Amino acid sequence: MSLFDTALSTHAQSLTARSQRVEVLAQNIANADTPNFKARDIEFKKVFRSASEDTMQTTNNKHMALPMDESADGMMYRIPFNVAFDGNTVELNVEQAQYGKAAAEYQATVNFLQDEISGLRKALRGE
Amino acid sequence: MSLDNIFGIGGSALNAQTVRMNAVASNLANAGTVAGSDAEAFRGKRAVFKAIMAEQVNGNSNDNNKGGVKVTEITDDPTPIKRMHDPGNPQADKDGYVYLSNVNEMTEMVEMMAANRSYQNNVEVINTARQLMMRTLDIIKS
Repeated sequence: MSLFDTALSTHAQSLTARSQRVEVLAQNIANADTPNFKARDIEFKKVFRSASEDTMQTTNNKHMALPMDESADGMMYRIPFNVAFDGNTVELNVEQAQYGKAAAEYQATVNFLQDEISGLRKALRGE
Repeated sequence: MSLDNIFGIGGSALNAQTVRMNAVASNLANAGTVAGSDAEAFRGKRAVFKAIMAEQVNGNSNDNNKGGVKVTEITDDPTPIKRMHDPGNPQADKDGYVYLSNVNEMTEMVEMMAANRSYQNNVEVINTARQLMMRTLDIIKS
């Protein structure tokens, strides 16, 4: 079982993170006309690191928690080039570009996953 | 699953943009109407958008549109109503004035184009998400 876990784990986790990013960007595009909406984005590195590595824990009461400068899910507000008159920070062209990029990255991860699976399949068949 | 939610998010945006487009259609249709008093005059309608937040949909089984957008209310355009002296009009008041609607056709056309663009954007978002899902399903085929 552990063979399959390690063979796929990073790509499976990265697929989850990538699909989350696609969702956040879809939220931005959906709210492109909403007053006072602040565009958000996920930094892939942070999500991936928190999913794949153990984070620091406070195990003793003398330990201090890390300052919470970012939310645990890696979600951050985008810094806009210009703020719209109604307080909306979604810049449609930026979001579209990012959405296209995120979709391409997702497909790349799917391709990697596909390769892993066909490799495993080959090993199982013993060809 | 995250890709599933995109259909809810995109759908909520399509819905909101349709309401906006409807308001524009209503405004344009009534742009030329006149009324007999300031209170009765037609005022342009505007859809007010608001983001759907997580806490609003918690406990609701249909929560796949979290992060989407919804129309909270339809407000009247606050632009003051103009009156015109037209004693021959059957709608005219006792001083011979009729009250015009405060709809500006130019603004409405721009609003329509903006709603149209936003609608198309969200259709693209949904299409891309659908393609990604199909690709993901194809993993098991190889």
